[in-house]
Amino acid sequence: MTETNIRFIQGNEVCVEAALYAGLDFFAGYPITPSSEIAEHMASRLPALGGKFLQMEDEISSICAIIGASLTGHKVMTATSGPGFSLMQEALGFAVMAEIPCVIADIQRGGPSTGLPTHGSQGDIYQAKWGTHGDHAIIALTASTHQDLFRMTVEGFNLAETYRTPVILLFDEMSGHMREKVELPKPGEVQVVQRLRTALPEGVDYHPYLPREDGRLPMSDFGGRHRYNVTGLYHDMWGFPTSDPKIIHGLIHHLVDKIENSVHQITHYKEYFLEDATCVLVSYGSTARSALHIVKNRRNRGEKLGLLELQTLWPFPAQLVREKCAQAVSVVVVEMNMGQVVQEVKKAVDRPERVFLANRVDGEFITPTDIKNMLRLIQGRGV
Amino acid sequence: MSFRNYIRERFFPHIWCPGCGHGIVLNNMLRAVEDLGLAKNELVMVSGIGCSSRISGYVDFHSLHTLHGRALAFATGVKMSQPNLKVIVPMGDGDALAIGGNHFIHACRRNMDITAVIMNNRIYGMTGGQFSPLTGTGLKATTAPLQTIDQSFDIAHMATASGASYVARTTSYHFQEITKYLKQAISHKGFSVVEILSPCPTHFGRRNKLGSAVNMLEFLKDNTAQVGSKALENNPELIERGVFVHKDTPEYCSEYERLIQAAHKG
Repeated sequence: MTETNIRFIQGNEVCVEAALYAGLDFFAGYPITPSSEIAEHMASRLPALGGKFLQMEDEISSICAIIGASLTGHKVMTATSGPGFSLMQEALGFAVMAEIPCVIADIQRGGPSTGLPTHGSQGDIYQAKWGTHGDHAIIALTASTHQDLFRMTVEGFNLAETYRTPVILLFDEMSGHMREKVELPKPGEVQVVQRLRTALPEGVDYHPYLPREDGRLPMSDFGGRHRYNVTGLYHDMWGFPTSDPKIIHGLIHHLVDKIENSVHQITHYKEYFLEDATCVLVSYGSTARSALHIVKNRRNRGEKLGLLELQTLWPFPAQLVREKCAQAVSVVVVEMNMGQVVQEVKKAVDRPERVFLANRVDGEFITPTDIKNMLRLIQGRGV
Repeated sequence: MSFRNYIRERFFPHIWCPGCGHGIVLNNMLRAVEDLGLAKNELVMVSGIGCSSRISGYVDFHSLHTLHGRALAFATGVKMSQPNLKVIVPMGDGDALAIGGNHFIHACRRNMDITAVIMNNRIYGMTGGQFSPLTGTGLKATTAPLQTIDQSFDIAHMATASGASYVARTTSYHFQEITKYLKQAISHKGFSVVEILSPCPTHFGRRNKLGSAVNMLEFLKDNTAQVGSKALENNPELIERGVFVHKDTPEYCSEYERLIQAAHKG
């Protein structure tokens, strides 16, 4: 390992390095705090690598541009924050419907509306899942440390290419702006998935939307040898619009099932001291750091606290959460919103009345003390 | 020419109403492509939503039927990522100038080598005849039952002011000009805009008592004149047709290539 592999950088810069590691060569974006450093570093890094950086006129055109570039065979990403992510929702739905791989990094800030531009939040969990209209599945990942942020960004690209779907990276302002040590892996150290392309020769009838037996759909690059239609309308296996109820039924089930049926392959998590934990903290993103701190601290005092750190938020790993929380007397979800993941945890576990929320929504980072106070309340000991 | 070579018969019959001007645009667009000798695999057609946007599905090129107003944004990604492709973007009133207005002026400013074809029928046809930013004042639409008071854009002037390096306007009546201008636009290295006044007898004509589809085409014949012509000089009320801008300005993808070269040297 060379010295240059160890860096002390912002999370946003880690995200850029990871995206480049994964093979990104096209980025389009519009500046918005706290994600702007991603665009800035992309602008700085991409030309020397022969990649393309575009600063578009808004977030809508940014996501549209990356979808267009993905169709020509490139690995693509845009980055934004809450208000920009809101603007991207319609095109996000297009990418879901047309099955176009792309990655959207949402460096979350406080909302709703313009909210708290320079303060952290984890308020976009539901927006990632339900921000666009209609039924659909989505993949959303997060991370609590820069090392994991690197890994989950690469994984985001891998999943996008594997499932032909947009993937959301739900990082937060604290992760994005914090600087810490990260070890950048050498090429080949972390697996990078390449897009599955059709081997059909020119002139053979290519079906861009006919899944193989394993569910994957080989793509053909725009500009390549197969000409086909891509649309946000319900479409048949050639990509032509249809209103045939059988085809519509099949397509919507395919779009949902390809992801929901792969929960186990898509789920990433970490666990700490869960073997005998009577109180399980569930957290994700930067707040998991405070949760881990309190778990370690309390373990030293003999309290049976454990932490389940989620790295895949969508599809929600309900089965995993149910299993890991099965023995717990209480489950405390630690998150910086009014209670989003806590709702999913309640749905997942056998005894939802034992699930509590430890949150903070004032723009300040949730501290171990905040969590400690909540634990005391739950345990009936007062603050 | 053999149309069968260029169209996807599977998609037909098309959705356009009898008398719609869009079929004439499609016909002459394909003539332009044939005259230029372009390979079908090097053409990408990107469209938004509406009657005009269905054109992308009818042609046997790489085709991308996107969201209302966003066609140019998608096209920008296609062209920037694969500059060797020819990208043609057929648009309607809303796509180009209403919901897509911001993308349009920025595409003009950026001067990426894309051909925008604006089929201006002065109405929202697919949604049933609501007024558009190109309708103009004193007319009727489903959302202007008394009359429109909104002024319209002048696409050619807006494109010129925004920096497009090729701007032309013609009509569905002047079909040979469609082919001529589209050939120039597609060959031009830079952002090109071809506005085609295209009648919508069903929703615009009928509501405003403009007569049959033939009457509407005759209106285009009688009320337009070539830029710089004597007729226009004598009657400035006529709508200008012709080439407004045809200039060499740095094209975006080429300029970016320069940045890549500079970064490599640096």
